[in-house]
Amino acid sequence: MKLVTAIVKPFALDDVRAGLERLDIAGMTVSEVSGYGRQRGHTEVYRGADYQVDFVPKVRIEVATEADQVEKVVDAVIRAARTGKIGDGKVWVTTLDTVVRVRTGERGADAL
Amino acid sequence: MGIPDTGDTAWMLASAALVLLMTPGLALFYGGMVRSKGVLNMMMMSLGAAGVIGVLWVLYGYSTAFGDSVGGAGFMGNPGDFAGLSSLLDATYLADAEAGTDVSVPLVGTIPTLVFVAFQGMFAIITVALISGAVADRMKFGSWLLFAGLWGTIVYFPVAHWVFSFDEVTSAVGGWIANDLAVIDFAGGTAVHINAGVAALVLAIVIGKRRGWPREPMRPHNLTLVMLGAGILWFGWFGFNAGSAVGSNGIAGYAFVNTVVATAAALLGWLLVEKLRDGKPTSLGAASGIVAGLVAITPSCSSVSPIGAIAVGAIAGILCALAVGLKFRFGYDDSLDVVGVHLVGGLVGTLLIGFLATASSPAGVDGLFYGGGVDQLWRQAVGALAVIVYCGVLSLIIALALKFTIGLRISDEAEVTGIDESEHAETGYDFSTLRSSGGGLGTPRPDAATPAAAETVAAASGKEG
Repeated sequence: MKLVTAIVKPFALDDVRAGLERLDIAGMTVSEVSGYGRQRGHTEVYRGADYQVDFVPKVRIEVATEADQVEKVVDAVIRAARTGKIGDGKVWVTTLDTVVRVRTGERGADAL
Repeated sequence: MGIPDTGDTAWMLASAALVLLMTPGLALFYGGMVRSKGVLNMMMMSLGAAGVIGVLWVLYGYSTAFGDSVGGAGFMGNPGDFAGLSSLLDATYLADAEAGTDVSVPLVGTIPTLVFVAFQGMFAIITVALISGAVADRMKFGSWLLFAGLWGTIVYFPVAHWVFSFDEVTSAVGGWIANDLAVIDFAGGTAVHINAGVAALVLAIVIGKRRGWPREPMRPHNLTLVMLGAGILWFGWFGFNAGSAVGSNGIAGYAFVNTVVATAAALLGWLLVEKLRDGKPTSLGAASGIVAGLVAITPSCSSVSPIGAIAVGAIAGILCALAVGLKFRFGYDDSLDVVGVHLVGGLVGTLLIGFLATASSPAGVDGLFYGGGVDQLWRQAVGALAVIVYCGVLSLIIALALKFTIGLRISDEAEVTGIDESEHAETGYDFSTLRSSGGGLGTPRPDAATPAAAETVAAASGKEG
């Protein structure tokens, strides 16, 4: 089992969700996060005074899936979130040792 | 004593309520501009001023401002004349046809004196509240309330007498700026805005900078509140300016129109500066321009033409937009730009009367550009200077006295955590589910609960034990 974590622009969330729903995945977790990559932050101006905003708002999408689905999930995220401009985000994949469904106690792939 | 004019009285009652609304409007305007950890304290300073000054105004404030000049010097009204307003209560409120008695209440012009008391009381409240923008995030709430009371007593009440108390209106002898110097200050460019601006500068310097200013970014946390506050201020300001006609008449209409057009021009002026200097016109700039224009047209709305008002507003919008940068050059943390907007805007409006006043206006005086020479200009300059010096010295004495007795500042630790928590034991916003869900951080303290709940807690903990 794998965990796909995607950091994307907030407005891309709906497209990413729609893209993932077409695949056979059981669910996802979404959170609002702040951070920066190569894009760095941006500058805002209040009454003529500049403020460097280091952390820009992003959305983190986490999807746990079977290993053979990973490439499809990653592709779906990239297709939906890519604008070609700097700041589109990143996707990474990690291995999950185990998954347990709280309600039933099922383990492994059955719990996805 | 006499029968009040119902139309005038109705407008002045409405105007007084409009001016009161400016204070919560100011709370929103200021509250949105601070970081979220200080929003409640920022708003509480405005409401705190309303509490302290509202009471003092009735006790002796009105009398100090509008009582008969002590010694005929025009410096301050006699605090005893209308102390507690008790000398204004001898009246016949309802006509009695059978007994042949008519309505007879104490009057100021055509309105009941008590309505005038209420109207002017709102001015005192908002003037003190304006100062609070200079000391955002770091002033002890108790010290603020004391400052508000002391400053109102020895600065605002006398200066209001100088500027607003005309001979033979509320008492035989009024203030020196209004009567002897004959400064034109329709609604308070000197007594309200220059006064508050100077006090703000002094207090900001005495209390010192916020920790981390100007190195750390201190972004406004909610500009939509700022926009709402600016809108409420503009709305309430019609009571402030048009209400200062003390009647429902042509002068009120004249002041009203100038209050629209000068403010509109100032909004554009401020945005123009931002577009040219920073590249983008901002919402905070629009809100600030609105207030700058309102400040500048406050003294001048009865003495300049509507075209003149456009000039007053545009100049104020441009100059104030530039003036808010001064604090970075000179290193004083006037956090929300009370100096840049109210002192500078007040000076612009007060002095421009000397140039742009026209004899065809209700004030009936020509300024320099209308062939009146420099006569009115020097009067305006002397009046403004007098308020700056008096307010500067007295504000410094009050601020230093408080600093070296009860102290002005909260502790460094409290300032870092946030003044809302340290001074009020509250937080403005509750967006985190951990706080609000009933578990986690939101658990009620057992000792604060009702007796029944406390027993349950005790029983539960007993069972566990």
